[in-house]
Amino acid sequence: MKEKDNYSILIVGVGGQGVLLASEIITEVAMGAGLDVKKSEVHGMAQRGGIVSSHVRIAPRVYSPTIGYGQADIIVAFEQAEGLRAMDWMKKDGVAIASMTRLVPAIVTSSKQFSYPDDSIDEMKKKADRVIGVPADKIAMELGNPRLVNTILMGVMSNYLPFDSELWLDVIRKKVKPKFVDVNVEAFNRGRQIQLSTAKG
Amino acid sequence: MKELLSGNEAVARGAYEAGVKLAASYPGTPSTEILETIAARHRSIYAQWSPNEKVAYEVGIGASLGGARALVTMKHVGLNVAADPFMTQAYTGVNGGFVIVSADDPEMHSSQNEQDNRFYARFAQIPLLEPSDSQECKDMIVTAYELSEVFDTPVMLRLTTRISHSKGVVELGDPAQGPDKKFVKEPSKYVMIPSNARVRHVVVRERLQKLRQFTEETPLNYVENNGSKIGIITGGVSYHYAKEVAPDFDYLKLGFTYPLPLKKIAEFVDTHEKVIVIEELEPFCEEQIKAAGIKVAGKEYFGHLGELSPHRVAEGLKKAGVVDKILVSDIEPEKGMFPRPPVLCPGCPHRGAFMALRKLGVAVTGDIGCYTLGVLQPLNAIDSCICMGASIGNAIGMEKVQGYEKGTVAVIGDSTFLHSGITGLVDAVYNNSNVTVMILDNSVTAMTGGQEHPSTGRTLMGEKAGVINIETLVQALGIKNYRRVDPYDYDGILNIIKEEMANPGPSVIHTNRPCVLMPKRIMDEPYTVDLELCNGCSACFRISCPAIAAAKETNEHGRPKAVIDDTLCTGCTLCAQICPTEAIVLKSQMVKG
Ligand code: SF4
Ligand code: SF4
Ligand code: SF4
Repeated sequence: MKEKDNYSILIVGVGGQGVLLASEIITEVAMGAGLDVKKSEVHGMAQRGGIVSSHVRIAPRVYSPTIGYGQADIIVAFEQAEGLRAMDWMKKDGVAIASMTRLVPAIVTSSKQFSYPDDSIDEMKKKADRVIGVPADKIAMELGNPRLVNTILMGVMSNYLPFDSELWLDVIRKKVKPKFVDVNVEAFNRGRQIQLSTAKG
Repeated sequence: MKELLSGNEAVARGAYEAGVKLAASYPGTPSTEILETIAARHRSIYAQWSPNEKVAYEVGIGASLGGARALVTMKHVGLNVAADPFMTQAYTGVNGGFVIVSADDPEMHSSQNEQDNRFYARFAQIPLLEPSDSQECKDMIVTAYELSEVFDTPVMLRLTTRISHSKGVVELGDPAQGPDKKFVKEPSKYVMIPSNARVRHVVVRERLQKLRQFTEETPLNYVENNGSKIGIITGGVSYHYAKEVAPDFDYLKLGFTYPLPLKKIAEFVDTHEKVIVIEELEPFCEEQIKAAGIKVAGKEYFGHLGELSPHRVAEGLKKAGVVDKILVSDIEPEKGMFPRPPVLCPGCPHRGAFMALRKLGVAVTGDIGCYTLGVLQPLNAIDSCICMGASIGNAIGMEKVQGYEKGTVAVIGDSTFLHSGITGLVDAVYNNSNVTVMILDNSVTAMTGGQEHPSTGRTLMGEKAGVINIETLVQALGIKNYRRVDPYDYDGILNIIKEEMANPGPSVIHTNRPCVLMPKRIMDEPYTVDLELCNGCSACFRISCPAIAAAKETNEHGRPKAVIDDTLCTGCTLCAQICPTEAIVLKSQMVKG
């Protein structure tokens, strides 16, 4: 793992998917590691099935709460087409982690004006080298709860940040209800086993 | 101790540390969480939702008169509603410290305009503070109360969406007691009849003179010297964008922005070759600086619209010829991506009303709330939306001039009706308007995340509350045609709208289904599509329910049939009612059949 002391992470998805909780977790982990953090998101109308994005910035001293174009080290997408949409935020050598989840909005189904990409993950791979498609919805169903997509993606992402597994798990334990702790730990570990090389194969 | 707080949470914490006793507000993005945080975490402060911002402001004034420190918070357009007491309180001054938080929304993430409320502080001639992150939010609130009491003035703290909703690390302080004051009768100060107000206006001008002195001295405005020839004057979140892209320039960071420290600015400009002002939206500082005869540049590089960003600041500085590299992406943006506008939730009770209104083809005057989303494709069911409470007045005007041959219907939510819709209805009764008003009652303030309001029976702090009964209220106003209807009954609501539009005089149609998300999620048995019966007519797609998607199967014209996501479907029945082939059936029936 490459060690450096500043990271910009963009998390994107659709209203209701838990994007905000995920960014909350990363922010807490980074703060627990003693770094300065800022996190920025926009609430409001976007909560009703619109696009939600959250910027997380980690460094010894953070200024802007938002990330500039082409400056994200990591993009985490809860929905594949949203991952594709966000790609120009990513650094060329950054890593994009996208759930294979597809959410096609009503506006696409009801009009002939718009279309939804056939394979967004493939399109993302054409733009950058380090793209991981994660069958997070499938894994979550295996574990018995669709809401675990969140934690699985956190697990994948944890491979690209210099924080110990335990630090992540501490925050996750703090944030989820006691009866869901075990399954979330398992979800995190399942995610953590997925890395660029294994995802490619 | 350090904690990760959003700007809004930090304001709440600051109010707690300042010993505030009362906080009042009406929910509005991006300001809502300030009061929610107070109610959840800082219970030593009495906090309340008021029916609208004007009342909240007046309640705050009352607390200040009574000697306590008071906080009122609102989104930018909320201050338009409260502008009347606001402008005059600048004359009366305060007893206990008074802070008004204005949370502006550059870029209009969830607002109908992007007015720059810094002008309100200048308009009222009161001090204006602009924090640039969560730590400053907390610190400046504490300072604002001191200033308020020392200078006997309300103080405005101006946030923007990025400040309100960004989280940062905040060093917490100890809570203080606040002043120990009581109300002292002083009508010459607090009763603004013309003879008193004329005297107070003089006081306002004298106070402004003292504030001009103070702004030069306060550490809220400071210089960061890096030995550069280029100087940047900035404040708010723009300061952090600028530091991100040009950390090595000299900065004059402004935290106290009205009145401006013009001497300090002149000095800063004198000692630099070129000075650039970076601020979001209006050239609020820039114009005042230029009017004082000080030479600076600014808006020609950054524009007047929308939110700044590290990228836009870098571009502007490049245009100004002071930086050469700008942040760019070497990854091509994806072109022609579909949009993903927000939509009404699956099972939202507003959907049935909009389906009926669209079917009738009437003009629909809209209002502010979740139901404003009815304007978007593919529902396309709203024709105007101006401000809180405007729908009824708009409809009255339309009717009076017979502006639309198929007639006009006003839609308004329960919270918005109690906010400022009532007066519209008073107008309709008084002026004998033929208007039809639909109160889309979902029993909550939904758009901002499910807050209580005067007809929900609970207060912000979770106590049992007095309840305004909308039906009784409407009838007491003199509305004779009042109908309570189920918006999930498509034919029923369609007919009632038709009947009430035909009825002379004002009518109110009041819907009776709660929001499906709040306070608790409502889920009934889901529906499913019988693909053998579905002919792909796409009628169900046009009701814009997120649970309905295109199936892989198509009809003979290659058009997709429908599928329903049973984890999203709430079983509201609307799609089943309009499907011409009766292909949409309860999931259990489908399994049996
Ligand atoms: S939050 Fe409630 S009122 Fe708003 S769109 Fe969803 S269901 Fe409708
Ligand atoms: S309305 Fe009925 S027939 Fe038409 S597409 Fe939908 S399910 Fe099929
Ligand atoms: S019944 Fe139909 S319209 Fe209602 S939530 Fe389910 S899919 Fe959507």
